[in-house]
Amino acid sequence: MIQLSIREMAQLLRDKQLSIPELCSIYFDRARAFNQQTNALLKINCDIDPAELLQAEEALLDESKLLAGIPLVHKDLFCTQGMVTTCGSRMLENFVPPYDATVVSNLKDQGMITVAKANMDEFAMGSSNEHSAFGSVQNPWDLTRVPGGSSGGSAAAVAARMVPVATATDTGGSIRQPTALCGVTGIKPSYGRVSRYGMVAFASSLDQGGVMARTADDCGIVLSAMCGHDHKDSTSHPDAAWQWNLPTLKNLKGIKVGVVIDWIDGLNDEGVKQSTIKAIDTLRQQGAEIIDVALPHAHLAVSAYYVIAPAECSSNLSRFDGVRYGHRSIDTADLETLYVNSRSEGFGEEVKRRIMVGTWALSSGYYDAYYLKAQKIRRLIAEDFNKVFEQVDVLAAPVSPEVAFKQEEKADGVSMYQADVFTIPASLAGLPCLSMPIQSVHGLPVGLQLIGRYFDERSILNVAHQFQQVTEWHKAMPEAYK
Amino acid sequence: MSINRKEIEELADLAKLKLSKTQASEVGVAMNDIKQMIDLMNEADVTGIEPMFHPMDAVQRLRSDQVTDQSHQRALLSLSAHADNEHYLVPKVIE
Repeated sequence: MIQLSIREMAQLLRDKQLSIPELCSIYFDRARAFNQQTNALLKINCDIDPAELLQAEEALLDESKLLAGIPLVHKDLFCTQGMVTTCGSRMLENFVPPYDATVVSNLKDQGMITVAKANMDEFAMGSSNEHSAFGSVQNPWDLTRVPGGSSGGSAAAVAARMVPVATATDTGGSIRQPTALCGVTGIKPSYGRVSRYGMVAFASSLDQGGVMARTADDCGIVLSAMCGHDHKDSTSHPDAAWQWNLPTLKNLKGIKVGVVIDWIDGLNDEGVKQSTIKAIDTLRQQGAEIIDVALPHAHLAVSAYYVIAPAECSSNLSRFDGVRYGHRSIDTADLETLYVNSRSEGFGEEVKRRIMVGTWALSSGYYDAYYLKAQKIRRLIAEDFNKVFEQVDVLAAPVSPEVAFKQEEKADGVSMYQADVFTIPASLAGLPCLSMPIQSVHGLPVGLQLIGRYFDERSILNVAHQFQQVTEWHKAMPEAYK
Repeated sequence: MSINRKEIEELADLAKLKLSKTQASEVGVAMNDIKQMIDLMNEADVTGIEPMFHPMDAVQRLRSDQVTDQSHQRALLSLSAHADNEHYLVPKVIE
């Protein structure tokens, strides 16, 4: 059952070979059983919410609603009405939103069942999930290693088949990197495709909601249901609605796949390097034309990102002042003390560090030299992509320069930041990207990143789907969780 | 030029954060490491390049000036640790 696709589960439910409670109980049981080892989930519901079950039973009558009765977890930065939404932070430890994020309500409308909220790096700041205020997440493939971040809980939950689907968000790689490190498939759509309403903001010009699942087809089905224009989000694209359908072609003939040779040549991990080369060769064998391309400014992306993202973070997180919601210090002699103590007690160390960097980058004397310059470099990087997409349909690239690393191995923040070198460029340009498992190195998964033109999620999902028709890596799962 | 202790204290003040001596020292080291990393941007020639503040290069859309939502005053006030039926409560600001 736990290896079934969404289409297969939907068929079983419609054929009445399985009821929604029966399907969900399998995953509720797995979620409870495996969370003790992985800490992937923060709040597991006791049982199916009766209102969600009713909505799912009604949705099941609609043939077009493939997600009716399918269980999922939401990353804990999507607001869920009446259900604690912590964002991995002490600041929001007791925050119970009075409304659902648009992503959550869209998926409820399709009849999906919420099993739990997924652990994450605090306010989505981190690449290892070691920065959650509620404990780090362990990678199901090796519990001594990180699952990646910031959506590490979502990735670990899908990897251990605690759920078939998890929502996630990506600012600089937070869907793709944990997806790769945990051996599942995940898509970060184009900026503006998915509403950010009800998503706790980190860096507003970069944050984008997406999905993790077992296969590209599953991701496409869920993304179709999540996306769409939302008048509550002024950055939601007017043409955001989109529908994924299984491709009719069974190969990649006529598809041009670009490869940044410098990126692959520069990989120090021989296992990751050879896996990437082999996966690209598989695409070639399936009929894709492989073309060498260059992104001459991409090496500046990490530097520009670590100015822009902290700047937006320092602005966004200024709303947490202990007055309207979130942690409020009991030591509040005056208003200033209320602000300072509430923020200092509520935020963790990594969040404070990024707020400080952002405050510095936006402060007098540094704005032009850093913030403005970073935004100009962002333009150069976006133009590099535009030129490349005049030649190719899709870019294939590494996701992470290494497999899952040991917990506490990267104590130095900068070395952790550098691990996002392949994911950040497309984030700055707002492009759709996907990560899929392509190999296992010493028992640990390796992912391949596919980057598409703005609003062309279909091409990257198609390439991933075709790859998954001739490979088995997306079916692999950790032995202990079978 | 590195970020010094005095600047760290000023930034913490601006960011409304209180850092212990140890924290300030650790943040200082981390920020200087980050500064070294982002100084790589200096090699880029950005003359004549327009900044890209947003991936959509979109302008802010305006909606029609109509009431579209109900008041959620009670639900929102209930999220605060200190509120009465109509107000958020904070320490006295004006004597």
